[in-house]
Amino acid sequence: MTEHRRQFTVFQRLLHWLMAVCILAMLFIGVGMVSTIAPTYLALVSIHKPLGIAILVLVVIRLVVRLRDGAPSLPADLPEPMRLAAHLSHYALYILMIGMPLIGWAMLSAAAYPVVLVWGVRLPALLPQSDSLHTLLWDAHFYLAFAFFALILLHVAAALFHALVRRDGVFEAMAPVPVSAPREVVASK
Amino acid sequence: MTEPNRSPARSALGSLVLIAVVVGGGAAAFAYTAGWFSPQRLTPDRLVDAFSPPGAEPLGHRRNHAKGICFTGTFEANGAGSALSSAQIFTSGQYPALGRFNLGTPDPTAPDATVRVRGMGLRVSTPDGQEWRMAMIDVPFFPVATPQAFYELLLALGSKAPDAIKTFAGAHPEFAAFGAWAGSAPWTGSYAEERYNSINSFVFTDGSGADKTVRWSLLPAAQAVPVPPGDLAKRGPNFLEPEITDRVHGGPQRWTMALTVADPGDPTSDPSKAWPDGRRTLEVGTLIVQQIEAEQDGPCRDINFDPTVLPAGIRTSDDPFPAARSSAYAKSYDRRTAEAKYYPETATEAKP
Repeated sequence: MTEHRRQFTVFQRLLHWLMAVCILAMLFIGVGMVSTIAPTYLALVSIHKPLGIAILVLVVIRLVVRLRDGAPSLPADLPEPMRLAAHLSHYALYILMIGMPLIGWAMLSAAAYPVVLVWGVRLPALLPQSDSLHTLLWDAHFYLAFAFFALILLHVAAALFHALVRRDGVFEAMAPVPVSAPREVVASK
Repeated sequence: MTEPNRSPARSALGSLVLIAVVVGGGAAAFAYTAGWFSPQRLTPDRLVDAFSPPGAEPLGHRRNHAKGICFTGTFEANGAGSALSSAQIFTSGQYPALGRFNLGTPDPTAPDATVRVRGMGLRVSTPDGQEWRMAMIDVPFFPVATPQAFYELLLALGSKAPDAIKTFAGAHPEFAAFGAWAGSAPWTGSYAEERYNSINSFVFTDGSGADKTVRWSLLPAAQAVPVPPGDLAKRGPNFLEPEITDRVHGGPQRWTMALTVADPGDPTSDPSKAWPDGRRTLEVGTLIVQQIEAEQDGPCRDINFDPTVLPAGIRTSDDPFPAARSSAYAKSYDRRTAEAKYYPETATEAKP
């Protein structure tokens, strides 16, 4: 359906870069807020919760758009291990983008905290209070955040590797602004 | 070397270095934000650690105010508070209340007569789905002015150095007022006879959007009967919980909630400074405690009385303590829920 397309659609690229900013902000806010008792703690928590739900909404839209519009194919000459890594890391990224907000929401529910976003909007509890579930979800939210960040670093490294070393058009497919197709792509076709 | 002569290999090497710098820089920024390079940063872990000597943590219990008993009842608003805040809790009506009488100690087995500070955790829920959680104490002001000073106080209390407290008091003159209170304020034989104070200030916003900075107190209807601490010790290590159970069994216990509004220039950010007398006060309703339940099976055990859980119409002020308390209370909650297996399964009734 879309194999001939070299780039993601404008809407897909917009979602990608918007979410990139949101998710990076989210991860930095998360590790920052749990390491301070200063008044910024409350400010950061009050951003962390609605931003997490915003990411959850955005990733659902993104998944629908991805299933509808597909993605440009990877270069034919991409070695099989890199192709596999690309596919698996993208599954992992989607799982984390969907999972982290849900885990956070469920974790607060299991601690009987009200989940208040902005303008007094309160989400229903996903779970009843539970010491064991709260502990499980807290651990998951904490450790997966570091896994998420590590995966993003890997994602960035791979994107730059495609852009600067392989110059195979993979980076250009998601580039925030239109970039002229590198010669190698044309040559390899 | 000039650009046109750059070999592809050299360019690839440069690219790999660039990638390593980006990834390494990202990881370093993340670690910095997480405080890994800042051993001096006062984290909730460090603050909560300071409550108990290593190895003596009250596993499964709150890290402070560890000894307590649950209550349920009603908050009956008289409507007057609507002049200060648009929160539904201030419109005339009855709202369910859940709370916990407690002792300000990290030791859940501390004898009652050895603990100077008594407290009340309270949660009032309103039909609009909002909650107001409070954690109050019977001291009329906080012992120190800043969260950092509180951490230093905990370190001094836990220190083996003979003059640690003296050194601390020298560096924090505001601490003298707490010493004076602790030495002179009467002790009572009941949670029902205590006045519970918000200590911290909060900003109340009325229907027109006007802000006022407020502290509040719960004033007991029960007459306070002073009892010398020596006489309290003779009542056994656990007299408070049976006493409040029997008293509430005999009839509901009441507290009047009184809001105090700061004048411009009052020290709203420093809970160690009481506001001068003569400030506008407003009685906004009555807390009616109708039932007492042991903590083990009671509804308060699993609640974190985080004072920053506020309804719309109330928010935190420039007082830095509610943020610090919220952060530390959450850490205490995370730890005790992870240690739930250490919490006593059934009520160990230790009536004297």
